[in-house]
Amino acid sequence: MSALARLVTERSVIVCCGSGGVGKTTVSATFALAAARAGRRACVVTVDPARRLADALGVQSLPNTPTEVKGDWPGQLHALMLDTKGTFDDLVHRYSRTPEQAESILANRLYQNLVGALSGTQEYMAMEKLYELVDSAAFDLVVVDTPPTRNALDLLDAPRRLTRFLENRLFRALLLPTRLSLRAVGVATQALLRTISKVAGAEIVQDAVAFFQAFEGMEEGFRIRAGAVRQLLADPSTAFVLVTSARPDAIAEASFFAEKLAERGVTPAALVVNRIQPSFGGNAGSGESGAPGAMAALEANLAALNALGAREEKAFAALAERVAPAPIGRIPLFGHDVHELVGLQRTADHLFA
Amino acid sequence: MDVGSFCAQSHVLVVAGKGGVGKTTMTAAIAAMAADHGLSVLIVELEGKSGITGAFGLTEDLGYEEVELRAPREGAPGPAGGSVRARRITPDDALVEYLQDHGLKRVSKRLVSSGVVDVVSTAIPGIRDVLVLGKVKQLERDEVADLIVVDAPATGHAITFLTSASGLVGAARGGPLRTQAQDVVDLLSDPSRCRVILVTLPEDMPVSETIESAYTLEDKAGVQLGPVIVNACDVAPVGLDIAAGKVAEAAGVAVDSDHVAALEAARLFRLERHAVTAQQIQRLGRELPLPHLLVPSVGTDCIGLAETGLLAAALARAVSALVPEATG
Repeated sequence: MSALARLVTERSVIVCCGSGGVGKTTVSATFALAAARAGRRACVVTVDPARRLADALGVQSLPNTPTEVKGDWPGQLHALMLDTKGTFDDLVHRYSRTPEQAESILANRLYQNLVGALSGTQEYMAMEKLYELVDSAAFDLVVVDTPPTRNALDLLDAPRRLTRFLENRLFRALLLPTRLSLRAVGVATQALLRTISKVAGAEIVQDAVAFFQAFEGMEEGFRIRAGAVRQLLADPSTAFVLVTSARPDAIAEASFFAEKLAERGVTPAALVVNRIQPSFGGNAGSGESGAPGAMAALEANLAALNALGAREEKAFAALAERVAPAPIGRIPLFGHDVHELVGLQRTADHLFA
Repeated sequence: MDVGSFCAQSHVLVVAGKGGVGKTTMTAAIAAMAADHGLSVLIVELEGKSGITGAFGLTEDLGYEEVELRAPREGAPGPAGGSVRARRITPDDALVEYLQDHGLKRVSKRLVSSGVVDVVSTAIPGIRDVLVLGKVKQLERDEVADLIVVDAPATGHAITFLTSASGLVGAARGGPLRTQAQDVVDLLSDPSRCRVILVTLPEDMPVSETIESAYTLEDKAGVQLGPVIVNACDVAPVGLDIAAGKVAEAAGVAVDSDHVAALEAARLFRLERHAVTAQQIQRLGRELPLPHLLVPSVGTDCIGLAETGLLAAALARAVSALVPEATG
């Protein structure tokens, strides 16, 4: 069994990361499909699937809940489309002390904007959903497709960033007046607040204060949960798979990504290179044989495609070296784009052969 | 259409597209093309590591201060002699400058460091985008260059980026921020000041997303869309109509069967890929009534000065072939 195939049969979590537009969703779905073929119960969490892939997986109509994809395999394949807002709402419900507290948070304008506006929230919710699915013990393997992130750290820092936001010292200080005198709020803090009111409007400050008031007492639960999510990501049964396309700019971004992951002590368990221009072999150097007419066009075409293939191979050789000894999965560029289940099966055949 | 007139249509061009379609490369190519025609160009970069300096043969990273990427050329057309400069504008930079401009220099740094900015920008989604575009508007008003080319954020963010201002105008009751947002809306909705160029690839997903983005941008941001750049187009294959086996037989050359098989596989692959890309370009034309600028693939590992030059020339040829839009 190949090292790549062992990932899907042995690990319990696979996080697919990489920049946008490289086919991460397809690769994630392919890993889950391979696990189902190996007899495991697998679930893929997709973040922003192309419509036809979403249709193929049947996740379009029912976000945030695993839907089984029926097929001819011994295991199970489930798919889920992440609903960031819904996942956050669930967290609020879980950690609020009373239903009233949850309602007042959910109704707050600042909370409603949080999901869309605080960077890293979508990443964090993907990880949160992952934790929830692993915790449910309903699956042997959960594969997460991550949001297209420029910065790998967004993915790893997201839990910390959210807790830091929720524990914002300045706004917490504002809650003090209910207990102490207003003088307890520093002069500098008051100046900042006046500034915010002046530039952005007084309602903004009121919303923020109301939000932090409503959140009072819940930060602890959030912090513990974020710690658990971080632990899950650091667990030896979790594998990070770096996905890239064979395009040179994508390779460059993936290298940058790998570097950032390494700084955090994360080693990719595999590298998947998608859409590789295939090489066709043939007799080398025959492109210059000076063959007549139509033969020359055929030779030139073969030579050009092979040269492109060789160039791509060279471009990702350096990346492969960087992530060594992680196994490399290669997916060739197909004539058509992969969207249907049949396409996923074909991709899985290539990847796990 | 004359390339000079094309470049002089608007003061600001916002280059937008899904990640991985070559947005930054096309930003560089547009800038180089305009500079070739004598304009002074300022590139505004919004995201982290983008490689825009590399496209002009330099290695340094971009910061808030301007960097000259291409010096004015002696004997080049136009008074500016065709220079390209670049700078990066991040929301935090734009905010600090905004606060300083509004007499709040003392607290500006502390607002950023204390996390208050995170809270405020969450409370007012879009404030970051409005601040950045507000800065672009200020640069345009100050006439710092003949043409400002903005490398917009990738994927769906581009839509948020360009629609934030109108959202904020609707939501804010008054105050300096609303004024700023209104100024940005005025900039975006005036085609003589600003246009948006979408970049795509001749592939299924990028084309679908481009069509969707185009309609959303027109409806929600009220921007004028320029021609769509289709990057990395496959040049039509020539002389690949007949099967390799037949060609070899007809030519009477002795070729071993493995090689013939390789020739045939390569031929079929090439034809299939070309058909797919041609189909996608056709679909783009059918579903989105905007002219196309087809730019060929440069087929190299990295975009340097030479590649940017090639792409700028290819882009200029495609622009020349455009039919001028009806005036009035």
